[in-house]
This record gives sequence, C-alpha cells and structure tokens, in this order.
Amino acid sequence: MIKVRGVSKRYRLGERRGHDSLREIIVAKLKAPLRRLSSGDRDNRDSKRAHIWALRDVSFEVMPGDVLGIIGRNGGGKSTLLKILSLITHPTEGEVELYGRVGSLLEVGTGFHPELTGRENIFLNGAILGMKRAEIAKKFNEIVDFAGVDKFLDTPVKRYSSGMYVRLAFAVAAHLEPEILLVDEVLAVGDIEFQNKCLGKMGEIARGGRTVLFVSHNMLAIEALCKTAIFLDAGELRTTGRPRDVVSAYTKLITDAGAMFADLRDHPGRRGESRPLMTEVSVISTGAEPSVIRMGDNIAIVVKFRSPAAIRPCGSFTIKTDRGERIFHVSDRNSNQLATATATDSGTLTCSLRGLPLMPGRYLVDLWLADFSHTMAPLDMVADACWFEVSAVDLLGSGKLPPSSEGSVFVSGQWSLRPTLSRETSNASKVTEFTNA
Amino acid sequence: MPFQGGYNTEEVDHRSPVRVIGARRWAALELLDLWSHRELFYILAERDVKVRYKQSALGVTWAILQPFLTMVIFTLLFGRLGRMPSAGEPYAIFSYAGLLPWTFFSTVVTTGSNSLINNPNLITKVYFPRLLIPASAVGAGLMDLMIASLTLLVIMPIYGVKFHVTLIMLLPLVALTAMIAAAGSIFTSAVNVKYRDIRHALPFAIQTLMFLTPVIYPVSFLPQQWRWVLMLNPLSGIIEGFRAAIFGNPFDWQGLAISTAIVAGLLTTAAYSFRRMERQFADVI
Repeated sequence: MIKVRGVSKRYRLGERRGHDSLREIIVAKLKAPLRRLSSGDRDNRDSKRAHIWALRDVSFEVMPGDVLGIIGRNGGGKSTLLKILSLITHPTEGEVELYGRVGSLLEVGTGFHPELTGRENIFLNGAILGMKRAEIAKKFNEIVDFAGVDKFLDTPVKRYSSGMYVRLAFAVAAHLEPEILLVDEVLAVGDIEFQNKCLGKMGEIARGGRTVLFVSHNMLAIEALCKTAIFLDAGELRTTGRPRDVVSAYTKLITDAGAMFADLRDHPGRRGESRPLMTEVSVISTGAEPSVIRMGDNIAIVVKFRSPAAIRPCGSFTIKTDRGERIFHVSDRNSNQLATATATDSGTLTCSLRGLPLMPGRYLVDLWLADFSHTMAPLDMVADACWFEVSAVDLLGSGKLPPSSEGSVFVSGQWSLRPTLSRETSNASKVTEFTNA
Repeated sequence: MPFQGGYNTEEVDHRSPVRVIGARRWAALELLDLWSHRELFYILAERDVKVRYKQSALGVTWAILQPFLTMVIFTLLFGRLGRMPSAGEPYAIFSYAGLLPWTFFSTVVTTGSNSLINNPNLITKVYFPRLLIPASAVGAGLMDLMIASLTLLVIMPIYGVKFHVTLIMLLPLVALTAMIAAAGSIFTSAVNVKYRDIRHALPFAIQTLMFLTPVIYPVSFLPQQWRWVLMLNPLSGIIEGFRAAIFGNPFDWQGLAISTAIVAGLLTTAAYSFRRMERQFADVI
C-alpha cells in the first residue's frame, strides 16, 4: 500500500544543466553584500525566476494488489513522482508512506558493467535492484531462461547485441519481488514478442498481491493492465479513476491542445534538455483544401525554426496514434537529403509525404531537430507536438468507407481467386444449391 | 496470511508504514540501512576488483610494479643521493613500509572521488544507500595492498630484515588505513557531485599531503617540538606503526591512540556530510 499526501517537488531552474564551480560560488558570496548595496531589486528578480514546480500538491492512495497506471505528457511529473516514491529524490513538501519493500525499475540494466560477463552482471544488477545474493542464485536459471542468453553467460556484455543486453537486463528486473514495484517506461524497449512477455510478467506480479505503479505512453497497455489510473499534467493530478476514463481525459487534452498547427515555443512536450529552436509546426494537405487531410492525400509537415547560431537542420518526425503507438518515422538523418544545404539560423523545414497511408482517425506528431554535424545529439525534441485528423475517403471506389477500428495503416490490396477443380468444390456447390432451394 | 503469491509476506505489517518519505528529514547515518545492504557493498567492491585490470596487458602485475618502482626511485633519489635518514633501517624497506599504506590511501581516495560522477545512473535510476559506492572503492585498493605486500615479504630477507611477531599488528593498521581512506573517498566523492573542481584539486592535494606525511622521511626528521604537528595527520601515526611492525620496534601507543581517535572522527564527519549532501545528488548530478 502507498499513501501519497500533498507531495510537491520544486526544482531550481538550470539546476540539472550546469554544475556550479567553486569559483562561481565564492565570487557570488563575495559579491552578494556589494550587490545588495548597489541594487536591491536585481537580487529579487533572480530568486523569482529560478524555480519550477515539477509536482504540485499530489495526493492519492494505492491498495495492495492494485496496478496503478500513471499517464501524462512529457514533463507532466510522472518520472519525478516515481523518483520520489523510489527514494531517489526528496519531495520539497508533503509526505509519502510506503507499506512494504520498494523495488524500482526506472531503467533496465542499471549498473551493468560492460567488461563483466553476463553471469557477473546478473548478480551485480540484481544486488543493485535490491535482491539478496541467495535470492539471485535461487532464481539464476529462471533469469537465464527468460533472457535466452545461456550460451553467452561467460561473455562480457560489451560483446552482446543490444537485443540480448536488454533481454538480460529485463530478465533480472522481472525477477525482482518487492511488495511495491515501480515501473517506468522500460517496456518501450525490445521487440514486440519480448514486450508481451514483460507485460505478462507484470500482470502475474500484480495477481500475486503486490502493488504495481506503471508509467507508460502506451494507452493499450494501461487499459489492459491497470485497475486504476492517474493523469498528471504540469505537475498536478488532473484525473483519477478507471483507466478507460482517465485515458480518454488524457487523449482529449492532447488532441485539444494543438490541432494541425502548434506554437512550439513553450510546448509542454519539449524534452528536458532540449533548446527551444523549433517555433511552430503545421501539417497541411497539398490537395485542394490545405486544412483537410484525407486518406491518401499528399501532405507536408512544416516546421519553423530559429537558432542562435547557424545550423544545417536535420529533421525527423514520428507519427503516432492518439494512444501513443508509433506508426512510422521519417528522418533525414537516414536520407541525408539536406546534408549539404547551407547553414542558416532560421527558416522553414518542410517534409512532403506522398499518399498518406493512414486510416481515418487522429494522429500525433513527435518532432526532432538536429544539426547535420551532430546527428546523434538532437538540439530540440518535442513529443506530441501537434495532431491532425485524417478523414475517410472512398479510396477504393467501392462506395464504402474503410473502418478505422481495424488498425491504423491503410494498404490497398489486389484480390484474386482461382477455384480448385476437385470434388470438394463440387460438394460445396451442391451445398449452395441446397441452401438456395 | 491468506496470500496467493508464493512469496514471503510475514515481514510486511500493513498497519504501519515501512518507510515514510518526508520533505525534511534530519540527516541520519542510518547504520541499520547500511548493514542490511552489506551484500551490495561486497558485490560493488568485487566489481571494482574484477574490472580494475581488465584489458591491461600487465594486469594485476601493476599492483606490484607501481609501489615497487616508486620505492626504487625514492631509494635512489632520497636514500642514496639525498642521504635521507631512515631511522637506521635500510631505506628501501623503510620507504616501502611507508608507500604501502600511502598508495592504498591515495588510490582509494582518487578512484573513490570519481565513483559517484562516473556512475550517475546508480544515483538517478535506483536507490540504495549511496554511501556504499565511494566506500566500496576500498575493496579494490585493499586487493592492491595485499598483492603489494607480497613484494615486501620478498625484499625483507634480501635486506636482512627478520620477520617479527609484531607483523600481526599490520592487520589493525590496515583496517585503520582503510577507514581513513574510506573517509577521504566518501567526502570527496560527495563534494565532486556538485563541484567538479575536486577533479582538478585532488591530484595536487594528494601530492602535497604526501610531503606532509612521513612517507619518504621519518618523524624523527623533524625537531622534537614540531613533531606534534605531524601527529595531527593520522596517516603519520599509521605509517610509523607500519614501520614499527615491520622492523619489530616498539609502538608509539599514544600516537596510535590519537590517530585512531582522529580517524574515527573524520569517518563520522565524512559520513554525516555525505548523508546531508546526498539529498541533492539526483537533482544535481
């Protein structure tokens, strides 16, 4: 059981970015009395702008055996909440009572050392997650089976493929048995088969009577696994209740927020470390009516940016369903089309897509911007930057509109039939005759 | 307990919380919490030992070569050329006896001071008493010390130094060195999280400290009325103790008692200030 009462967390702005050097501190200390003499009001202004609230007066309770889903946009406070519950950071205000041993899974493979073998890392990682050596030894074979790495147990993990690495890391984590389990979006890694295995394991854990808190962007997983859900936005608890209701409150908020055009300068979906270079985004149809996107249309994603220094912009975007499942990703990092363009400090980046292969429905856009000289380190990232609606069209000319309930991607197929000339066919035709009669 | 899950629930009392996280809590040492994580301490130390000489051609030989070559250089430079007094003992053994605990101390503090900033995920992605991270740096240093001690056993007969029963005193002396090394490691690692200046200041500080410690000279090198200053540095008492144990000389019990008291004080202070600074680690690192 967990009781959270009025928990708030305040961060000093810029705290996560720089490390104060001793010199700065000393200089600031020496200057402080002088500055107070010269101008009292600058001091005031400094202390006013310096804080943000990552969490604000959040209260809820989770009962044993409950699985609580936590949803919200990036920067909404989900990760901060998990970090407070797992003792990693302290709340500025409020109190949390934890009735049981807590295990937290904010990342898979925390503490894995690349030089150590799979076997050694199982013990190291298990101990870091809070398991006793005897407990790990008892579950060792189970862990190895779950990960499927038995042949490579004595190989240093730096020689593992990334898939093997993640499987081993998750296998250790999945065998953690605390009374309270906190899981961040770790399931977003690995292939679908492995993800399903992990979801199954989490369901099993909850049925065993333990309390699970689960953060995810995958609304299907939230609805399938959780008994209750909470929705955090801008550090505040917006909605709490049945997963279905909370999920719809969340999807309503993100779709109401940003239509086919969005101002990105103060966008809540911006990733923590990003610099706000992208200023606006719009999704337009290049057809007759720019503001209506229909299945199969040619569309363009248009991003305006402004940067303090000239950059050679390398853009990417991901199209997701309104429940957060990724559908496809387009990146100039892979196609290098603008790699030789001249650098500029502001401009408009456009990506045209021919024949949008999407079923009717609402779709979200994640944006990503880098400089071609460092495509591994994005300058700006905005999740759920804007959304657009795809309307149904009788693309197949059959007089029927395709149902959006059957998936998100539209593919037209060419059907053909060649009857087999055998006894079964003639029997079948007899049956037909019979029913007709 | 009617619970379907096949795990042990006896330890959970659902009426009173196992843990309360509040906004402000007085920095407590929480020794019980540390004790319950002792296995993790061993595992982290074991990791440091295993990783220490991976992918180095000479491997563990480095633990022998480093203090041995330093001893050779010191012997030539200070013993032969500088005619540094060595309290009547062969200078090679004399300086090696000082280098053993000194190298142990300086290695642990140097590696320990970076232990937190080199493992940010251990701080931002998981919780356990973080004190264990810098403290476990002692493990790898201890292994180096044991290997380097083997060299001592080889060179002692060469210089005609007999094995005395006082050698047994090396055990508590090593424990004392481990404690002061842990104190240095714990304190510098915590300060390093917020002020990366430590990385630049520490090598210089360690070098300076070596000259303020009787590693290459005996305490008797100083005039009688100034020796007490040297004894404020607990490493002085420890190193003099190492020499007494190796050469079979009488111990300066009073000096050792003072050193022990200072070490205990430093370790407690380091642990408390670590606990106080720890609250900010995840937000700052």
